[in-house]
Amino acid sequence: MSIEQQVRNYILENFLFTNDASALANDVSFLEKGIVDSTGVLEMILFLEQEFAIKVADSEMVPENLDTVVNIVHYVQSKHVGK
Amino acid sequence: MVQTLRHRGPDGDGFRMDGAIGLGHARLSIIDIAGGAQPIHNEDKTVWVVFNGEIFNYIELRELLKRKGHRFYTNSDTEVIVHLYEQYGTGFVQHLNGQFAIALWDQNLRQLILCRDRAGVLPLFFSEQQGRLLFASEIKALLPVMGHTPALNPVALDQVMTFWSTVSDTTMFEGVRQLPPGEMLIAQDGLVRRQPYWDWTYPTTEDYHRTSVEEQADELRALLSDATRIRLRADVPVGTYLSGGLDSSVLAALVHANGIQPDTYSIRFDNAQLDEGTHQLRMVEHLGVPHYQVQCTESNIGEEFPRAIWHTETPILRTAPVPMMLLSGLVHSRGAKVVLTGEGADEVLGGYDIFKEAKLRRFWARNPKSMWRPLLLKRLYPYLELNPARAQSYSEAFFGTGLDQPNAAFFSHIPRWSMAAQCKQFYSAEFKARLADDPIALLEQSLPRAFAQWHAFNRAQYVEAKVLMANYLLSSQGDRMLMANSVEGRFPFLDHRVIEFSGRIHPNLKMKVLNEKYLLKRAFENMLPTSIVARSKQPYRAPDIPAFFHNGVAPDYVNELLGQDTIKRYGYFDPDKTGLLIKKIRAGRAIGFKDNMALVAILSTQMWHYLFVENCTHSKFIKP
Repeated sequence: MSIEQQVRNYILENFLFTNDASALANDVSFLEKGIVDSTGVLEMILFLEQEFAIKVADSEMVPENLDTVVNIVHYVQSKHVGK
Repeated sequence: MVQTLRHRGPDGDGFRMDGAIGLGHARLSIIDIAGGAQPIHNEDKTVWVVFNGEIFNYIELRELLKRKGHRFYTNSDTEVIVHLYEQYGTGFVQHLNGQFAIALWDQNLRQLILCRDRAGVLPLFFSEQQGRLLFASEIKALLPVMGHTPALNPVALDQVMTFWSTVSDTTMFEGVRQLPPGEMLIAQDGLVRRQPYWDWTYPTTEDYHRTSVEEQADELRALLSDATRIRLRADVPVGTYLSGGLDSSVLAALVHANGIQPDTYSIRFDNAQLDEGTHQLRMVEHLGVPHYQVQCTESNIGEEFPRAIWHTETPILRTAPVPMMLLSGLVHSRGAKVVLTGEGADEVLGGYDIFKEAKLRRFWARNPKSMWRPLLLKRLYPYLELNPARAQSYSEAFFGTGLDQPNAAFFSHIPRWSMAAQCKQFYSAEFKARLADDPIALLEQSLPRAFAQWHAFNRAQYVEAKVLMANYLLSSQGDRMLMANSVEGRFPFLDHRVIEFSGRIHPNLKMKVLNEKYLLKRAFENMLPTSIVARSKQPYRAPDIPAFFHNGVAPDYVNELLGQDTIKRYGYFDPDKTGLLIKKIRAGRAIGFKDNMALVAILSTQMWHYLFVENCTHSKFIKP
């Protein structure tokens, strides 16, 4: 499964509590839509670290990396490239 | 009706029928054990009263009334009510210093008066049904005589999923209302009218105390000392709860200063993050008082949860009330009936993090583009394992909610209410369709006229006292959990003299920069160990999800009530969404506030329905 698909499934099931793929666009802001809050982001980081074997630094916990599906995919890819 | 309230009054009962009126009472005997049976009447038996609670200034009132020629036939505090009424009419309530739910019948005027204490310590519910006015201390007493199956009030559930509790006169039951704190209801000739007689208030101008900090600290100490002294009046021993925090330590020290060695009672948690044992024991050692503690495990909470909901009579968003029920169980098992508790201090004297949070957000709102101002958010919630401030950008987004409207009525509370409202994503489509109005807009309409002119800090205090304190902390987490085990709580910080005096303490003395309850600390620093005064406030919390799921496994009742069939049958929640939440919890992935809150909200609503709608008062989940 692609990174995008994994991230999408995770957000849909764990934050939106639905399996309906149309409920989430890849460019929708989690913060603006109230999908992920300040503790939710920590949950998401646990998922990213576990699923993609990366380590997220405190300074990287910013919306530019984590606020949309697109941003997350780019962020995870950049971490993998950096390894 | 009285039988259903046996837990509130196991020591006796009394009745009075007079044509159209019936008064019933279940007694927990504390003052004048031999002679205080209710109903109690005046000299010519034309005024009758039943009441739940205490009138703490009854000794002074009794002397005053005797001088005015009234004759007493008991030594109870109850009797002052009928004579005060004879003397002052409906103005009698202004003379009472106490916690009370009163029903008074004036036979000559054919008038019934229901009356509830100022802060809302004691509950009082009523229902108008086919020309009858029914009233009781708990809703379960009304149900057998209401003549129809109880139904959930959708407006009420939506309030709980916003404010953590219902507000104003709403209850979870269709057709049942509560008399709000500080209100009186008068029924005469088939007409019912309500009149408020007291409310929290703050200066609209700069009319704060003008005395020095030292003088204000002295006056606060003297008032609290007297509030505590009169709350020790009882013909049974009075103990104190000891949380390890400032407020209960102040009370224990004040009781001790009255020459009494009170029994002290505490909750201990296995989870070190929640446990305050070190501070509790520090205070016990400081005063040399007897100490008893109840060890509360996660599974204790899961086991006792059904019984707790039977007593709260409303869904809840956190399990925190349950350990309070275990604590009152400890008090009861020691043969004691009365405890002092520090509840109210945070609302009256400015202790809550929500006040600190609002102050920081307001500081930030003065320069929203500042890079540095939001960094102060890191100072909030240092005790949380999952400190939201760790993810700075995200906490900024959370606490930044409403930053563009720093003068909005609910600026202080919007982040908390938005968080709670996340539970609403689990509503079923059918239930959603039954909801009409926005609960926050409705609450705004009930604010007093002067509200907008008060200092922002005082506005937050008012909202906190009227919403969360009155309807959740004093109710679901207070009276209901105490009375589940026939224990009476007494609240010196909610003595109306303390509230009124504190209303005029300037906000900067309540919270000096970010030092909460500053004046209280100044007033008591010489009576307490330094470690108690210096520690920052740790809010009382209890485990939520872990109370019900251990390695993904839950007790039978949880599986039954959260099963797709039951969710569908009760109709409040969406079975698919709820199913995904449960799946996430079983997998151990639900760690955030939102999921913890959603689980407790859904489970307690299902339990409420099971207990009160489906099976009424019978349940296999409740231990007899």
